[in-house]
Amino acid sequence: MLDKNQIAKRIARELKDGYYVNLGIGIPTLVANYIPEGIAVTLQSENGLLGMGPFPTEDKVDPDLINAGKQTITTLPGSAFFDSALSFGMIRAGKVDLTVLGAMEVADNGDIANWKIPGKMVKGMGGAMDLVASAKNIIVAMQHVNKAGESKLLKKCSLPITGLGVVKKVVTELGVFDVTPDGFKLLERAPGVTVEEIIAKTEGRLVVEGEIPEMIL
Amino acid sequence: MNKVVNNAETAIQDIHDGATIMLGGFGLCGIPENCIAALVKKGTKNLTCISNNAGVDDFGIGLMLQQHQVKKMISSYVGENAEFERQLLSGELEVELIPQGTLATRCMAAGYGMPAIFTPAGVGTEVADGKETRVFNGKTYLLEYAFDADFAIVKAWKGDTHGNLIYKSTARNFNPLMAMGGKITIAEVEELVPAGELDPNAIHTPGIYVHRIFQGSNYEKRIEQKTITK
Repeated sequence: MLDKNQIAKRIARELKDGYYVNLGIGIPTLVANYIPEGIAVTLQSENGLLGMGPFPTEDKVDPDLINAGKQTITTLPGSAFFDSALSFGMIRAGKVDLTVLGAMEVADNGDIANWKIPGKMVKGMGGAMDLVASAKNIIVAMQHVNKAGESKLLKKCSLPITGLGVVKKVVTELGVFDVTPDGFKLLERAPGVTVEEIIAKTEGRLVVEGEIPEMIL
Repeated sequence: MNKVVNNAETAIQDIHDGATIMLGGFGLCGIPENCIAALVKKGTKNLTCISNNAGVDDFGIGLMLQQHQVKKMISSYVGENAEFERQLLSGELEVELIPQGTLATRCMAAGYGMPAIFTPAGVGTEVADGKETRVFNGKTYLLEYAFDADFAIVKAWKGDTHGNLIYKSTARNFNPLMAMGGKITIAEVEELVPAGELDPNAIHTPGIYVHRIFQGSNYEKRIEQKTITK
């Protein structure tokens, strides 16, 4: 079973040289710590920055320089600032190669729900609806089951939808899944996790073909 | 031409009860601190506020929420504010949540003189309820209208006496879009200089969009999530 950092590390293997990438809040943010050697990616922060650098040292903290999670950050050589309309313009126009975001639920047809729990939590969608509606490739990083032990990989989302048929891949603590017309296709198992456990914890349609390799981290 | 006013109190003095106002900023970054403080002091009520976020409990728009000055918030993300959540759940506050790119582009459309835009954000979700859709090249888009705001209040880094504005780093965010989008735009800046001192190549918001400008003071620039590398 993977911890949060290992989920991020596995997703980082999907990065390709030259990619422009938007990382959501939570586990997706950790992906930046595992960018493979020899690969250069540019991180887009939707509040108006291309080329997001690491957190600053204490003496370099700048309140005018934050990421979309409102954390203090730095720029890198080659960074650029822009306004919020231009930021979503480049997202809408398909210039961002990969978006990684968290989710409360994903359906086996690629529907995603991650912005609202009616009657309990209403924080808003932020940029998630814009990102999922336009990004070329969307990977979801999330826990396989919720706190009550119920599967978050479903036949149909029960929570309010963020986008329809948009998720391409899901990485959880149990494995890696492609979203296909036949449902979630199991590609890799996390170390020490059996196919049986994955089947038991996946409510949506699951495709298991042949021997499923254990993930190499 | 005289766009320069003395302070925030003068700049906002004609903002009336029931007005619709745009407020720049992302989280607490790049918010018009001086004008918010002046609105709290003036006690203007029943405001409709268009702003990406609603501040935190004791700073930013959160200060206006505490005084029950806001009737309706139009935002994309409103977490991190307990008083906001309380007013929302009790029905005291009306809230319209819209996708962040839609929010930005509806401000921009107002400043570009375009009545509406088409966006794929929100298709198939409750955001699309009751909205007109149209299919372009096989993909469905929502029709979203330009905002119609009485006032826009923005914060810039530098400005000149003609109202030209330059923003700093990610404190730019919604500010230039809202500056374009308001019927009357008020800009507070950290440094106000005579016309001619700013490089025309570097201007983000041309002064034609700005009606009032003043040099603000005592910026707190509160940080929501201070994260550091040790």
